[in-house]
Amino acid sequence: MKQIKAVSLISGGLDSMLATKAIMEQGIHVEGINFFTGFCVEGHTHAIRQKDKDKPKRNNSLWVAETLGIKLHIIDIIEEYKDVLINPKHGYGANMNPCLDCKVFMVKKAKQWMEENDFDFIITGEVMGQRPMSQRRETMPIISAESGADDRLVRPLCGQNLPATLPEREGWIQREQLFGFSGRGRKPQMALAEQYGLSDYSQPAGGCCFLTDESYSAKLVDLWKARGTKDYELDDVMLLKVGRHIRPNQNFKVIVAREDGEGRFLQGYKNNYINMNCASHRGPLALIDGDPSAEDLYLAAQIVARYGQGRDAEQVDVLVRDLAGNESTLEVKPLAKDKLPKEWFV
Amino acid sequence: MSRYELDARRLLCPMPVIRTQDRVKQLQIGDVLSVTCTDPGVMQDIPAWCRINGHKVLETQADDYQYIIMLEVGE
Repeated sequence: MKQIKAVSLISGGLDSMLATKAIMEQGIHVEGINFFTGFCVEGHTHAIRQKDKDKPKRNNSLWVAETLGIKLHIIDIIEEYKDVLINPKHGYGANMNPCLDCKVFMVKKAKQWMEENDFDFIITGEVMGQRPMSQRRETMPIISAESGADDRLVRPLCGQNLPATLPEREGWIQREQLFGFSGRGRKPQMALAEQYGLSDYSQPAGGCCFLTDESYSAKLVDLWKARGTKDYELDDVMLLKVGRHIRPNQNFKVIVAREDGEGRFLQGYKNNYINMNCASHRGPLALIDGDPSAEDLYLAAQIVARYGQGRDAEQVDVLVRDLAGNESTLEVKPLAKDKLPKEWFV
Repeated sequence: MSRYELDARRLLCPMPVIRTQDRVKQLQIGDVLSVTCTDPGVMQDIPAWCRINGHKVLETQADDYQYIIMLEVGE
């Protein structure tokens, strides 16, 4: 008899972990798949910022796979994801999160993987009513249909609330061993975790995607507005996670490291951006994004000086490196706090 | 058995894991791959990925700014 195989979308959170376990319990061979969009919260800020250095750094999707004893395939979808984010058919959520289009896209990619690897069906940890945009009764059939997964998409945690899928009709899995969870409450999931003997699991408070974050979304919108186009590269996405972003004018912004970890991270971008730091006093590294004039660079240097130890000095020397690596020094008076309007902070 | 190197510096997790995964797919069982990274998260993530997928971590090295993981490709 053929071994039935399922591919499970593993986010690293509890729901996909439980959904996977529920299907494994029915004797199905399961492998995990995890998609990296560039906006995944997973570890990034943690890795960049110094203050969290003592906390253990783990990738929760890998950890879930290891706990369950399954293989995990991590897929880079950064390029393909751009179209999802820039042109979401179903629009954005509260911020720049295109959750429904994102879920459709990921299930579609999982279906492609399933077909290429001779697997039989797809598992997600969706729970009806769990998320306001993508996990509602009305959106479940949209995801199944638009992804092309149709009745090969199984949601074990709320499957009893949905029409029977192909694996149920074929007898590969038993419907009565699925669950009927619904709503935003977490108690049924926590009880099931206990039943499975899973005590250590990730519970991200703000979701797993930076696009659900108001501050991050504002920076992304600002970037698109300043460039006059809704495009981005991975470096842009990464830099929006780091530093203070200060935009005095539409044609340039200053990204100032907030601490040593961020400073070290920004060092890696010195060849790609005009950059500056205080030479006469200790102070942070800053990148200049955009097309600044000489006057703009002077203002940027005053801003950078304000965040160094010379903030109260009459004059600070700021070392500026252009894109060709040429160095020059600007002698500036640090910008006073009241000359730095709130509106400049993105 | 052949030895290979992979430069995953300046990448944040999970990109070093993805690059490692993609490189390993091109190698033979018993080949050794040395991955150089700057994200400290790789010290957890690449060994975890190796354990899940049946590869063996031979050696890890770390200083303040760089992390090297040497692995042997398994079945």
